[in-house]
Amino acid sequence: MNVASGIVFQVLQSVLVVLIAPLMLGWVNQCRAWLQNRSGAGIWQPYRVLRKLFHKDAVLAHNASPLFRCTPYILFGCMWLAVGIVPVLATDLPFAPAADVIALVGLFALARVFISLAGMDVGTSFGTLGARREMMIGFLAEPALLMALFTASLISHSTSLPTIVDALGHRQFVIYPSMAFAAIAFLMVLLAENARIPIDNPSTHLELTMIHEAMILEYSARHLALIEWAASLKLTAYITIGIAMFLPWGIARAGDWFGLLIALAALVAKLALAGAGLALLETLSAKMRIFRAPEFLGTAFLLATLGMLTHFLLEV
Amino acid sequence: MPPLAFSSQLINLFAALLLLLGFAMLTQRRILSLINLFALQGFVLVLSTAVVAYSTNQGHLYYSALLTLLLKVLFLPWILHRLIRALNVRWDVEPLINIPATMLIGIVLVIFAFNLATPISQIAGTITKSTLGIATATILLAFLMMITRRKAVSQVIGFLAMENGLFFAATSTTYGMPMVVELGIALDVLVATLIFGVFFFHIRETFESLDIHHLEKLKER
Amino acid sequence: MELLLVLGVPFAGGIVLAFWGHRAFAPELNSGMSLLTLLAAAALTARVIADGPLLVWNENFFVDPFNVFLVALTAFVAFTTSLFSRPYMRIEAQTGKLSPNRLRLYHSMFQMFSFTMLLALLTNNVGILWVAMEAATLTTVLLVSLYRTPASLEAAWKYFILCGVGIAQALFGTILLYFAAEKVLGPGGTALLWTHLNDVKGELEPTVLGLAFVFLLVGYGTKVGLAPLHNWLPDAHAEGPTPISAVLSGLLLNVALYAVVRAKVLVEGALGTHFAGNLMMGFGLLSVVVAAFLLSRQKDIKRLFAYSSVEHMGLMTFAFGMGGALATFAGLLHMTVHSLTKSAIFFAVGHAAQKSGTQIMEDIKGLIESNPTIGWGLMIGSLAILGMPPFGVFASEFMLLTAAMHQQPWATPFLLVALGVAFSAIFGKVQPMVFGAASAARLPHPPALMPVFVHLAIVLLLGLYIPPYLAEWYRQAATLIG
Repeated sequence: MNVASGIVFQVLQSVLVVLIAPLMLGWVNQCRAWLQNRSGAGIWQPYRVLRKLFHKDAVLAHNASPLFRCTPYILFGCMWLAVGIVPVLATDLPFAPAADVIALVGLFALARVFISLAGMDVGTSFGTLGARREMMIGFLAEPALLMALFTASLISHSTSLPTIVDALGHRQFVIYPSMAFAAIAFLMVLLAENARIPIDNPSTHLELTMIHEAMILEYSARHLALIEWAASLKLTAYITIGIAMFLPWGIARAGDWFGLLIALAALVAKLALAGAGLALLETLSAKMRIFRAPEFLGTAFLLATLGMLTHFLLEV
Repeated sequence: MPPLAFSSQLINLFAALLLLLGFAMLTQRRILSLINLFALQGFVLVLSTAVVAYSTNQGHLYYSALLTLLLKVLFLPWILHRLIRALNVRWDVEPLINIPATMLIGIVLVIFAFNLATPISQIAGTITKSTLGIATATILLAFLMMITRRKAVSQVIGFLAMENGLFFAATSTTYGMPMVVELGIALDVLVATLIFGVFFFHIRETFESLDIHHLEKLKER
Repeated sequence: MELLLVLGVPFAGGIVLAFWGHRAFAPELNSGMSLLTLLAAAALTARVIADGPLLVWNENFFVDPFNVFLVALTAFVAFTTSLFSRPYMRIEAQTGKLSPNRLRLYHSMFQMFSFTMLLALLTNNVGILWVAMEAATLTTVLLVSLYRTPASLEAAWKYFILCGVGIAQALFGTILLYFAAEKVLGPGGTALLWTHLNDVKGELEPTVLGLAFVFLLVGYGTKVGLAPLHNWLPDAHAEGPTPISAVLSGLLLNVALYAVVRAKVLVEGALGTHFAGNLMMGFGLLSVVVAAFLLSRQKDIKRLFAYSSVEHMGLMTFAFGMGGALATFAGLLHMTVHSLTKSAIFFAVGHAAQKSGTQIMEDIKGLIESNPTIGWGLMIGSLAILGMPPFGVFASEFMLLTAAMHQQPWATPFLLVALGVAFSAIFGKVQPMVFGAASAARLPHPPALMPVFVHLAIVLLLGLYIPPYLAEWYRQAATLIG
C-alpha cells in the first residue's frame, strides 16, 4: 500500500490511542460509580488529574537514583509503543511487523522490571512490598498470557497480531472453542496485570493491601502523571489486544479510508462495551486475599492450556 | 483445512463448554454452586444433543434430550437443592489436595483422555467423533472430583457428573444408545440419587456430620 | 411363559412386601415367593434342556445352557436363603435391632434383588444387563446399612461409591461395545443383542473391543470382587444382615462374573488373541493371592469368609480366563459349589453370631457344645470351602489345577501356595470357634439349619458323583464359552 498514507495511518493511530487512554480509565471509573449508585467524578476526571499533576513540582527522595527518575519515561514509552502497534484501526500498517505477540509480552515485562526496581529504589518498605507482589503476579500471569496468545497463534499460524486479526476477523466466521478458553484466560490475566479487582483494588488507600499502588507511593508531579498515564495506556493496550484477538470484526484493511471510519466507530463501541463490562466485573467481585492470587492465575494458566489442548483435539 | 459445518462447530463449542464446566466443578468450594454448575452441564448436554438431532435427523435423540432435560437439569438439581437445605451443608471442607495441584492433575488427565480417545474417534462415523476425547476427559475429571472431596454431597455430584460424561460419550460416538437402554440408565440414575438422599440422612443421624472422614474407620485390623 | 413367571414373581413380590413386609407372615410370604420363583426356574430349565436355547420376546431374552443353570442356582439359593431368613430376622426383630419399617424394606428389597439378578441373567440386551447390574447394587445398598451402625454405614457407602464408579466404567465399556457393533449391525436395539453380537464377533473392530473389554472387566470385575478393586467386598458382606451376606457372596458375584464371561466370549472372537483371557487370568491370580494372604489378619468371622469369597471368585476368573474344556467345566462347577457352600457357611455363621452376640471370632467359642447343629454345620462348611475331598469344591479345584498344570504351569505354584495359606488361616480360626468350652446363650427361636445341611449335602453329592444330565449341561455351557 501507499507508504505515505500508511505512515499517516500509523501516526494517527498512535496519537489517537494515547489521547483516548485516560478517557478509557475515566469511563471505567464512571461506570463503576453508576453501578455503585454514586454520581462519580465524570469521564474527564483522569485528564483533570493529569493536568493537575503536570503543574506541580516534582519532589524526589535525596537517595533516588537515575533509574528512579527515568522509569516513568521508560514506562510511558513502552506502553505507548505497545498500544501504538496493536492493530486497533487497521491491519498492515508500517509498524505491523513489530506487532508480534511475544514482543508485546516482552514490552510489558520490560515495563514491569523497571517499575519494580523503581519501587525498591528508594528503600521504603512499602515500595519493596509492592515490587515483590508485582513480580509474583507477573511471573504467574505471563505463562497464562503466553498460552492464551499461542492458542490464537496456532489458529492463524503466526504470532503477528495483524495476521491473527486477519485470520480471525476477515475470513469466514468460525466458532473456535479453544478461543473461548483463551478468552477467559486472557480476561483473568487482564484483571491481574492491570491491578483490577479481584487481584488489587485500584482505589484503595490501605497500603498493606496494595500491589501496584505501593510501588509508586514515592512518585509525584510529572513522574506520577506519566506513570498514571502509562497505567491507563496499559489497560487500553490489554483491552485492544483482547479486542483484536477475540472480537476482530470491524478492523479495517489497510488503505481503506471508508473502512477506517467504520473501524473507528466499531472501536469506540467495543471500548465502551469493554469498559462497562470491566466495571461490571469489578462491582460483582470482591478483592481476593493475596495468597489466593496464585490460585486465580493458576486457573488462568490451566484454562489457557486447556484451550490449546482443545485446539489440537477439535480443530486440527 | 476447510472449516467444519456450522452445526459441527456448535457441537465442538458445547463440548468445550462441557469441559470448562467440568474444571469449574473441580475448583468449586461452595456446594450450592456445584449443584448449579451440574445443572448447567446438563443443560449444555441437552443443547448439544438437540443440535446433533437436528443436523443428523435422528428423531430419537430429541426424546433423549428431553429426558436429559427433565432428569438432569430440572429434577436431580431440585432434589439436591432440597437435600442440602435439609442437611444444612453449604461449604465443602478443604479438599485433600490443594486447588492448583488438583487442576494440574486435571490437565494431565485431560491429556491422557485425549490420547486414549484418538484411535477410537478416528474410526467413528459420526459428525461428533472429535468430542469423544472431551467426553472421556469429563468422566476422568468427575472421577478426580470424587476422589479429592471430603463432603459426601460433593462425591455424589461427582458421580452424577460422571454419568453426564458417559451420556456425552454415547452421543458422540454412536448417536446415543437405544431408547430402552437410555430409559433404564435414567431410571438407575434417579433411583441412585434418591437412595443417596436417604443415605445422607442416615449418615448425618449417626455421625452428626457429612464429612467423609468419619467413614474411613473400617480398615484392615 | 416360565420366563414371565421367573421374572414377574420376584418383581410382584417386591411390591407386595413393600406394603406388608413388617407383618408376622411376611417371612413366610417371602419364602413362598421365592419358592414360586424356584418352581418357575425349574420349569424353564426343563424346557431348555428339552428344546435347546430359547429366544423370547422379540429376541430380548435369551436362555441357553450357560445362563439357565445360573438361573436355577440363583432361584434355589434365594429360596433357601429366604427359609434361613425366617427365624433369623425374627430373632433380629425380637432383640430390637430392626424396626418394622426396616423389615418392610428388607423383605421387599430381597425380592427386588432376586428380580434384578434374574433379569441380568436372562436378558439378551447388553445394555439392559448393565441396567440390571446397577439396579442389583441399588437394591442392596440400603440393606447393607440396615443396622445403621457407623461401621455398616461406612460399608454401605464404600459399596455404593466403589461399585457405582466401577459400574460407570462398565457403562463406558458397553458404549464402546455398542459403538463397534453399530458399524457392523447398524444402529438400533439389535446392535446390543448378545446373540447378534456373537454371530458377527469376527467382524467387530479389534482395537475398540479390546478397549471395551478392559473397561468391562474393570467395571464388572469390581462387582466380582477382583483385586485390587475388592475393597468394598469385605465391609459390605460383613456389615449387612447375614441373609444379605449370603446372597451377595453366593449369587451377585456369580452374576457379575457371568457378565464378564459373556463379554470375554465376544472379545476373544473379535480379537483372535488371548488378550481377554490373559487379563482375566492376571486379575484372578492376583485376587487369589491377595485374599489368601489377607485371610489370616481377619478378626471378624464374616470378613474372613468374605475374603474367602474374593479368593474363590479369583479362582473362577482364572479358570474362565484360561479357557479350554476342562478349565471352563471346572469354573462352572466351582460357581455352583461355591455358591452353595458359601451360603451354607453364612447361614451357620449367622446363627453362631446371633448366639454369641458378636462377630469377633475370638469371642465365639465352643459352638459344638452349645448347639451341635450350628457347630457341625460351620465345621463341615469350612472344610468344604477349603477344598477337602470328597466335597464338590475339591473336585472343581482339582480339575482347575490339572488344567492349569497343562496350560499355564507357571501359575500352579501360586495357586497351590495360596490355597494352602487359605486352608491354614481359615481352619486355624474356625477350630477354636467350634471346639472348646461353650460361651453362648440359647436362641429365642429355633434356628433354621436345614438349608445349611441341604446345601452341604448337594455339594457332597456333586463331589462324589455329578449326575450325567448336569455334566452334559456343564459341557454344553463350556462349549458355548469356549
